[in-house]
Amino acid sequence: MDDHQLSRRPITDQEAQYITRTEELAYELKVEEVMTREVKCLAPDMKMHQALELFRTERISGAPVVADGVLCGVVSLEDLIRCLTNNDLDAQVKEYMTANPITISHTDPVVEALKLFVTTRHGRLPVVDSDRRLLGILTKGDITLGLLQALQKDYQIEEVRRYRASHLFEDIVSDRTSLILRYNIKPRDFVHGGTASSNLKRALLRLGANPQIARRCGIAVYEAEMNLIIHTTNGGVIRAEIEPHQISIEATDDGPGIKDIELAMRPGYSTASDEVRELGFGAGMGLVNIQRCVDSMKLESTWGKGTRLRMKLFMKPENTVGEGHSSP
Amino acid sequence: MMTLDQIARELDLTLVTDSRNLSEVTPTGGYVSDMLSCVMSGAPRQGIWVTLQAHVNIVAVAALLELAAIIVTENALLDPAAISRANEKGVTIFSTPKTSFEVAGLLWQLGLRAG
Repeated sequence: MDDHQLSRRPITDQEAQYITRTEELAYELKVEEVMTREVKCLAPDMKMHQALELFRTERISGAPVVADGVLCGVVSLEDLIRCLTNNDLDAQVKEYMTANPITISHTDPVVEALKLFVTTRHGRLPVVDSDRRLLGILTKGDITLGLLQALQKDYQIEEVRRYRASHLFEDIVSDRTSLILRYNIKPRDFVHGGTASSNLKRALLRLGANPQIARRCGIAVYEAEMNLIIHTTNGGVIRAEIEPHQISIEATDDGPGIKDIELAMRPGYSTASDEVRELGFGAGMGLVNIQRCVDSMKLESTWGKGTRLRMKLFMKPENTVGEGHSSP
Repeated sequence: MMTLDQIARELDLTLVTDSRNLSEVTPTGGYVSDMLSCVMSGAPRQGIWVTLQAHVNIVAVAALLELAAIIVTENALLDPAAISRANEKGVTIFSTPKTSFEVAGLLWQLGLRAG
């Protein structure tokens, strides 16, 4: 992130959508939320060899100088080197410290600190209140850690949301809870073919269904949906009942019905018109696909009256829907 | 393994949807058929489907199966509804003057298998 990018505030919604969450957080987070509070400090009347000792034992490369809690300077590695070159380690800290250092306020957003790091090339900033009392110290590392922790928190909130949706059935107490989804399918409505199945599939995934089960269910319902579009006189209804341990689907119509169910079930057999076949339907594989995708299937039909196709998919205990097994 | 944008470049495919991030999609296999139910049963997840069909229902099939892309061959005229639906559903469609046979052969040469 360079200075230019950071100093530019979003102007339009169009621009705002390109702001990453991290950049947003740099504006939201306050310096005091990410700074290090326990600071190794020096006093103005301490000797420079004590500063050297502090840097060495604490493995730091700079320290604020504080008198009565108020910041009066900082000693950096550069100041220390200057002192060493002069062979002057017995001098007092106040003789070599950088007085009136650049500071940042504890209530400033992190983005202000980032700007200061870039413009001043300092590695650390003393954090002070309005009375210049030292509250902490801020490094780029503190900011990185703070941003990562904030992102982690965001992630956890999202996890909780998904967790709640996937616990639908657990949260609603009854002897037997189920969710029923109905889709009305119009005859010859090829334009919307696949809408019901894709909506059902999405609902299953939101409820935390295993992706494999959702896929199988999607394929089976797609074929049933296309059958209603291609073959029925007045369309039909797809009704899916979702329970934690199973999904029961019914596709019903009022005609014309299937003359020979056994024949209809045979791979490659189709009664679809040439017109429909040209669209790529009528391969005679629909019912075969359904059978492959579901755990149980029952097809009943009376010629002239209508057809009812019932399908069931069973969830393995570890894959139950709506009981907290949110999909990856 | 090749990414979608590499494949599109190698086969000189025309992107007809406004799909992005083609360099982040690595197809797992391929499937050729013009019968939708066969595709339903045979195409691998994240696979490339090569077909002559160019109407709106190919989008539903690709979306349900989570296919990486559809390649519509022989410059079959794409239904505008198919393109807008594909953009809506995040389905990637390419068009090419090549035949399905040629496209399958080229994909195989690039190392793509049945999946």
